[in-house]
Amino acid sequence: MDIQINQQEDITVVTLSGEVDANTAPKIHEVILPLAEPGAKILLDMTAVPYMSSAGLRLLLYLYRQTKGNSAQLVLVGLSEELLDTMAVTGFLDFFSICPTLAEGKNAFS
Amino acid sequence: MERIDVHPTHTSNGYQLRCGQPFPFGATIVPGGVNFSIYSSHSTACTLVLFEKRAPQPFVEIPFPESFRIGNVYCMVVFDLDFENLEYGYRMEGPNNFQQGHWFDPSKVLLDPYAKVVSGRDVWGTQPNWDDIYQHRGRLSFDDFDWENDSPLDVPLEDMVIYEMHVRGFTKDPSSGVKENHRGTFAGILAKIPYLQELGINTVELMPVFEFDEFEHSRYHPETGEFLVNYWGYSTVNFFAPKAGYAATGKFGMQIDELKNLVKELHKVGISVILDVVFNHTAEGNERGPTISFRGLDNKTYYMLTPEGYYFNFSGTGNTLNCNNPIVRGMVLDCLRYWTAEFHIDGFRFDLASILGRDPWGYPLANPPLLETLAFDPILARSKLIAEAWDAGGLYQVGSFPSYGRWAEWNGKYRDSVRKFIKGDAGVIGEMAQRLQGSPDLYRGAGRPPSTSINFVTAHDGFTLADLVAYNGKHNYANGENGNDGANDNYSWNCGVEGATDNPDILKLRARQMRNAIAILLVSQGVPMLLMGDEMGKTQGGNNNTYCHDSPLNWLNWHLVEQNQDWFRFVKHCIAFRLAHPVLRNSEHFQNCDYLGVGFPDISWHGVKAWHADWSSDGRVLAFMLCGQHAKGGRVKDNQIYVAMNMHYESLWFELPAPPVGTAWHVFANTGAQPPEDIHAPGQEPPLESQSSLLIGDRSVVILIAK
Repeated sequence: MDIQINQQEDITVVTLSGEVDANTAPKIHEVILPLAEPGAKILLDMTAVPYMSSAGLRLLLYLYRQTKGNSAQLVLVGLSEELLDTMAVTGFLDFFSICPTLAEGKNAFS
Repeated sequence: MERIDVHPTHTSNGYQLRCGQPFPFGATIVPGGVNFSIYSSHSTACTLVLFEKRAPQPFVEIPFPESFRIGNVYCMVVFDLDFENLEYGYRMEGPNNFQQGHWFDPSKVLLDPYAKVVSGRDVWGTQPNWDDIYQHRGRLSFDDFDWENDSPLDVPLEDMVIYEMHVRGFTKDPSSGVKENHRGTFAGILAKIPYLQELGINTVELMPVFEFDEFEHSRYHPETGEFLVNYWGYSTVNFFAPKAGYAATGKFGMQIDELKNLVKELHKVGISVILDVVFNHTAEGNERGPTISFRGLDNKTYYMLTPEGYYFNFSGTGNTLNCNNPIVRGMVLDCLRYWTAEFHIDGFRFDLASILGRDPWGYPLANPPLLETLAFDPILARSKLIAEAWDAGGLYQVGSFPSYGRWAEWNGKYRDSVRKFIKGDAGVIGEMAQRLQGSPDLYRGAGRPPSTSINFVTAHDGFTLADLVAYNGKHNYANGENGNDGANDNYSWNCGVEGATDNPDILKLRARQMRNAIAILLVSQGVPMLLMGDEMGKTQGGNNNTYCHDSPLNWLNWHLVEQNQDWFRFVKHCIAFRLAHPVLRNSEHFQNCDYLGVGFPDISWHGVKAWHADWSSDGRVLAFMLCGQHAKGGRVKDNQIYVAMNMHYESLWFELPAPPVGTAWHVFANTGAQPPEDIHAPGQEPPLESQSSLLIGDRSVVILIAK
């Protein structure tokens, strides 16, 4: 699992590469949770995430709660079809702003 | 401040431990670790067995130190476990003595009865590894679902229209149009919510969704070679875990979230969820069955045993859960509380519920503690409790099931009376008058309301509606039991030819008989229940016991909706009509008098002559009129409704009772008319030409509304 963070104007772009599961989720958690400061705009690019376990989904949910509580914004980009599917049928998808590409993701912030 | 109990006190096999909490039973995530708690009275020692997900052998076994046993409960916190990839089970030591009822065998790894997630059958129909020493494995759950203000809907029982359905059968067929990997799952139902809304039902009753093993007793049909499985699922492996194979996300272990999301989305559109629960027996079967859980944990506590140590079999499936043992009673209560509080389930239908009223030796109890406990439980206080008020041991309690003012019943007598009536049997007019009123003959004396009666003409057990009018006898060859299985007393009538036909007269008559059954069901007091697929004309080729078929025989063919549009429209309008008219959904029994002084009795009885019902034993005609002023005991106002049923083989003139002054009769339904004149959308009923009399066709039902 590789985590890249770069600031693009007022948007914090976090790029994940590799599988998100119970082994990698705690590390991601540690790195990205502090980013959810009040008013932050976080774009999570998951184009290079081939698999995500329930621990990964719970990490996303945690991040969502954290950003919401801090009036920050979170946009997810590049989710695989299987992941979108899993999130849709378990009700997770409703909580998130989802965009297919990075460019669209950047425009999604209000 | 950090809690002191996050620190271990013991170590074993490299794992850090401390004495756990006995409650709650099961495996619970606590600060720093997992609290394991399991009950067993007769064992002498217990070992916790931990596996990595799908690993053939455990990575560690941790015996419970003697000091971690409180009473008959072993409890222990194990620190630093990988929650997500953990599978757990137990080994129990103790006497192994058949006659004394003890089956302890430490070579077996046993499933926790309180496991909230069970793996091992993660994707429906995928052959398991039969060499696996531990087939059904406990896993940990997260109770962090975001319900967004949802709570159980708390709809009055009498306002429900129940749709009995099978999770897999509903969308498994490609004709469902559901995405391939969602077919036959909770996600499939989610995709079909708009259909349920269009049909108009407001309650779904899911056939068993507790973890079961579709491979239990799986076999090949001796002649056809078809692979037969445990499709219906009336055989519980674990009472707390949703069936993984019913979830599109079961392979990710997310079945809890998927089912919760389905409940939440159904609630959003006003549809309640009732679960069909099976507490009468388990998947462990009789003496020759597998050891999965209860048998090895405390056989004598969980099962009813004969003095010789054999299993009593009141369920007809090998064993009988010892429901009125206080320990088992506690487990059933914990289970229903869990499904109510954690899954927001609105109610439960109890399979072979009469067993729940038997004492540990099998005798029926006058005051069964389990039934009483459930009726008065604070967490279940708003849950619907519906009994299948009989069992396979011969106890038949329709009308006498101990109710404590709470329990409703599947009314098997309603089914039989309506079936006999519509096929033209004589001598059922008196019975029918009772059934149409919510069976006061069965319930009123005990102070039980009309909604005690769950009315149905068809259910999963027995013929579909289309088969009820196409077969005189059952055709169960495909089940591989020489046709000996399934009910023989079906009260069905094939209308002249057994099975499929292209004779237009017979097809017309069958269509009319189906309309008659649904029309009568939806205007009866009580709670109507429809069988999945009946609204589109589902056939099972005359098989009245399709428990073992994972095939198109059970899968809903969605093309039928298109093919039978007129019929679908008829059912839909009947449901909408019922929901539009509170006078059809009374919460108290009729008094058969004008207790409000409005000029009409709450219900009045008629025949071919108005105000003169023919109660003679060879009568086949009955009509009744409901007074809208008396709706819901006079608390709401509704239209006058008149229903005439001519089950004679000849058309007959019916004299109509005069509608209230200032109103005229309008036709809602006439099953003798050809579509689209057979029914009209509620609110758009055309006026009747003659207000004084009406020719009603043979074997036809007419429903009029005064407005």
